[in-house]
Amino acid sequence: MRKTRYERAWLFVIPVVALVAFNAVIPLMTVVNYSVQETFGDNVFLWAGVRWFQEVLLSERFHAALGRQILFTGTILLIEVPLGLAIALAMPRKGPWVSVCLVLMALPLLIPWNVVGAMWNIFALPDIGLLGRTLNEIGFDFNFTQQPGDAWFTLIVMDVWHWTSLVVLLSYAGLVSIPDAYYQAAKIDGAKPLAIFRHIQLPKLKRVLTIAILLRFMDSFMIYTEPSVLTGGGPGNATTLLSIDLVKVALGQFDLGPAAAMSLIYFLIVLLLSWVFYTLMMRNEAQQ
Amino acid sequence: MAKITLQSLRHSYLPAPSAPADWALKQLDVEWRDGGAYALLGPSGCGKTTLLNLISGLLQPTEGRILFDDQDVTDLPPDKRHIAQVFQFPVVYDTMTVYDNLAFPLRNRGVEAGEVDRRVRDIAEMIDLTPTLQRRAAGLTADGKQKISLGRGLVRSDVNVIMFDEPLTVIDPHLKWLLRSKLKELHQRIETTMIYVTHDQTEALTFAETVVVMNEGQVVQVGTPVELFERPQHTFVGHFIGSPGMNVLPCRVENRTAMVDGVSIETANAADCRDDQSGRLEIGVRPEFVSFADEGLPVRVEKVSDAGRFQIVDTRHEGHKIKLLVTDADSIPSDGAFLRFDPRFTQVYHEGWVIGGGHA
Repeated sequence: MRKTRYERAWLFVIPVVALVAFNAVIPLMTVVNYSVQETFGDNVFLWAGVRWFQEVLLSERFHAALGRQILFTGTILLIEVPLGLAIALAMPRKGPWVSVCLVLMALPLLIPWNVVGAMWNIFALPDIGLLGRTLNEIGFDFNFTQQPGDAWFTLIVMDVWHWTSLVVLLSYAGLVSIPDAYYQAAKIDGAKPLAIFRHIQLPKLKRVLTIAILLRFMDSFMIYTEPSVLTGGGPGNATTLLSIDLVKVALGQFDLGPAAAMSLIYFLIVLLLSWVFYTLMMRNEAQQ
Repeated sequence: MAKITLQSLRHSYLPAPSAPADWALKQLDVEWRDGGAYALLGPSGCGKTTLLNLISGLLQPTEGRILFDDQDVTDLPPDKRHIAQVFQFPVVYDTMTVYDNLAFPLRNRGVEAGEVDRRVRDIAEMIDLTPTLQRRAAGLTADGKQKISLGRGLVRSDVNVIMFDEPLTVIDPHLKWLLRSKLKELHQRIETTMIYVTHDQTEALTFAETVVVMNEGQVVQVGTPVELFERPQHTFVGHFIGSPGMNVLPCRVENRTAMVDGVSIETANAADCRDDQSGRLEIGVRPEFVSFADEGLPVRVEKVSDAGRFQIVDTRHEGHKIKLLVTDADSIPSDGAFLRFDPRFTQVYHEGWVIGGGHA
């Protein structure tokens, strides 16, 4: 069979190719380009091979930032997922309160990230902020601009406040989609609330929870704006997460080579962890 | 096992029902004997699922009492009523094995492990689930899942009644038949009261000893399949059961004889009808009981459809269609003809209800 060839069809693909090239391929390749070269002023580039990659991977500074990043992401996942699920379970299924709850839940998600950072910065200031001042009044020595523990506390509370809603909304959507017959059957079978949660709700929520965890993992692993506005990575380097460190290297010190190598490593870590996580969850699914 | 009594049961989903249309279930008084096989038959939205949920305790009736044997269970929650229910869509606990699914209701009730194991294996054998006991329930086909649903009801020794809410909806046609005969066989073996809700007349008539036909929130007839066929108490039953449904023609009653356009028709119950009866009067006869004759109601033959073992003949008298079944195609007259209705199975209806049936 002869195929008719429409060479002109390629014309239709060009806009997409151009778009993808300009917003993804070219910037990424620029970074790759920087990561294997050393630059001096006046656009002079020297071949550097994998030197920057070695340097970044072996540097204690990178290890520390990565460690803080993992600690941060792990902590917020451990808090936001169970908390979000609990709130979703407690929300009403029917009646006028449903929309009230949903709107209240959606509010934090609608606030721009830098505004969230600024809000919490002021809120937590020890001298004038409502939270900071109150904590000090009732006897805590709270100062997030000077004490690393307090800075971490504020950072995590802020993220929980901002993003738990996402888990809540996703879980709620999952809960609402469970047919009534399951609850009725459980009632007839004499199942207690804990058994209903364990054998009906949790299994049915598995997919949405996978998505919620994946989204929260990626977002929190790449978080920049809020901590940058809240603490700027301080006090000292106490809250310097990966992205903040990257910006310091790239724009603060203008070390384009190491910064490029670092971003590629960063990118690969996110990609790898997401893939591992997704595969694990889906393999479980396939077994059923 | 128990006798089920429904006393002046009414239910409305509205907080303050007033108009008759507000009631999803209108006045209902029934008594179902222990160990019977009953079917609730009716079109979608007729209130049969509401009635089922009232019996199982998933809904609280607006008015009336529900008695199991002589115990009033109206205010008891579902798990205290000792009932089992199989839903339209299979409900299984996905993460558990078939074995654990069947054991679940027993474990929730604190039955000791040895007894659980014995019961589960017994029931699995009875409903052919033994080979799949250790498999995950989620991996089974729809009919397997429905069997699990049923099995969860059967394992309990204290079950008063097993209820089926259109359980064969999602089952493949060739398996429907198998599952239906399995149910029938089970009923004969365990002799538990069973209530089967469906809108499919074949399912209802083959499963049940007694069929309860419902329409618009009320029971229109309770009877054996034969009674429903031969003596419909309401024109709705005539239409809904049987294929094709009953012929219904407007009539008058004079001197205790039914007349259709001046032709007198011999019927089973016109003698019970007062001459001054006001309201809509109709004559109802099933196509099975109509035949061609040399005299009677004059009709024109309009269409003949071959249904295999018999022919369905559409005839017309004035503005009214009358269908009849004929086994011998050669006996169908080509044009003008007369019809005879078998008087034993021809009944007069007043406002839809059969005359002399206690409703008119």
